[in-house]
Amino acid sequence: MAKYLLLKHYRGAPEPVNNVPMDQWSPDEITAHIDYMNAFADKLKTTGEFVDGQALAQEGAWVRYDGEGRPPVTDGPFAETKDLIAGWMVIDVDSYERAVELAGELSAAPGKDGKPIHEWLEVRPFYGTPPTITE
Amino acid sequence: MVDEALLRSLTPAVLGILVRRGADFAAAEDAVQDALVEAVRVWPDDPPRDPKGWLVTAAWRKFLDATRAEKARRRREDLVDAEPEPGPAPTSDDTLQLYFLCAHPSLTPSSAVALTLRAVGGLTTRQIAQAYLVPEATMAQRISRAKKTVSDVRFDQPGDVATVLRVLYLVFNEGYSGDVDLAAEAIRLTRQLAAVVDHPEVAGLLALMLLHHARRASRTVGGSLVPLAQQDRGKWDTRMIAEGVGVLQAALARDRLGEFQAQAAIAALHADAPVAEETDWVQIVEWYDELLALTDSPVVRLNRAVAVGEADGPRAGLKALAELDDSLPRHSAVSAYLHERDGDLRTAARLYAEAAEKATNLAEREYLTRQAARLNN
Repeated sequence: MAKYLLLKHYRGAPEPVNNVPMDQWSPDEITAHIDYMNAFADKLKTTGEFVDGQALAQEGAWVRYDGEGRPPVTDGPFAETKDLIAGWMVIDVDSYERAVELAGELSAAPGKDGKPIHEWLEVRPFYGTPPTITE
Repeated sequence: MVDEALLRSLTPAVLGILVRRGADFAAAEDAVQDALVEAVRVWPDDPPRDPKGWLVTAAWRKFLDATRAEKARRRREDLVDAEPEPGPAPTSDDTLQLYFLCAHPSLTPSSAVALTLRAVGGLTTRQIAQAYLVPEATMAQRISRAKKTVSDVRFDQPGDVATVLRVLYLVFNEGYSGDVDLAAEAIRLTRQLAAVVDHPEVAGLLALMLLHHARRASRTVGGSLVPLAQQDRGKWDTRMIAEGVGVLQAALARDRLGEFQAQAAIAALHADAPVAEETDWVQIVEWYDELLALTDSPVVRLNRAVAVGEADGPRAGLKALAELDDSLPRHSAVSAYLHERDGDLRTAARLYAEAAEKATNLAEREYLTRQAARLNN
């Protein structure tokens, strides 16, 4: 009973094994990839382990406070930013081992030539609640 | 207003009766839930004279309706057409059997917890989902799979009380604080279990929960954790402590010591000290030794090192700590505390910061960060 974030990157993750950009796949390969991701999410819904999944657009801006009474400053997007999140899935599982197992499965999504991408996913634990009994 | 506590306390007995009458567990469980919902709707205007009888009748009718609908679809057996046998009078054994079923070893911990809270506790799927911060649909699937997993388990098959206790312990110790008070619910379910099975470890767990729950009001201030030594003991619930101690003493008198009784004994010694300085650490160390003999867990060894540090001084605590793997959760936090007491503030500050990074919950991280900051300033 712990939540984990499976984080997918546009940029910033180590290079995957099957590293061909998506725009160079065939339409069928793209369909197969998307079907795989959806089926994966559906499976987690039936196992009672799914919490949330979202995809993020590539563009975005940096925003910060600029002092009392002034509008926030926006800047970017920065093309050179090293890390760019593509999306996430939040799962609620019984163990860290299960989280790793699921991330491994998600990373096997098919890419070019229908072969697994072997994409690197970041697995991050959520903070839990403080246990009552500690001593 | 409907007496929800009463409703929920009747849940296992009503479910037990349906199963005894021949309803399969999964369908019976759904029917009982439907009957509970109807009770909440109907009772305020039309309170029943016999709440349990009302629920049994309503649940059995829901079960028949569902089975008929199912039968219309799939042409199933004739269970439906037969008038319900009155069936054997429900016994407390039914409640116990439900606990066994919901904590069946074939279930994962999270499934066992969810199923127990629904089928024995009478909570709705939505309430359970909220308590564990997952979507309702996800929790519904978890529960329905759990029911499928135990569908072949015979209802009267004897189970292991220890697996039930582990599930109840999880409910008590690892719930979020939402609308449903999971700690109070765990106590209610453990109390109910203690009423139907005579087992010193059930009593031990109940005592452990009561003794910890009694300190709840003092455990946080404004959302920040307050360590035991600094808690405002005036806020401790003395009646609950007295009850916990009473339950524990009766259990210990039976001379069948177990893990939960030993843990409760440690909690009782803390509860017994009017001020932190008067804590009987020597006896606490002895109880940790008992606990280690029962279960040689690294976490117990770590907590024992803290107790040794209090009983025999920080150097002795650090020596006990040195024998443990430093990758253990909370190892650096304990080490930081013992170093601080030993006067090595620089090492303590560094270790507190390290411990903060390794904390598995936000409240602990903030507490540990604050300790590092206190020593650095």
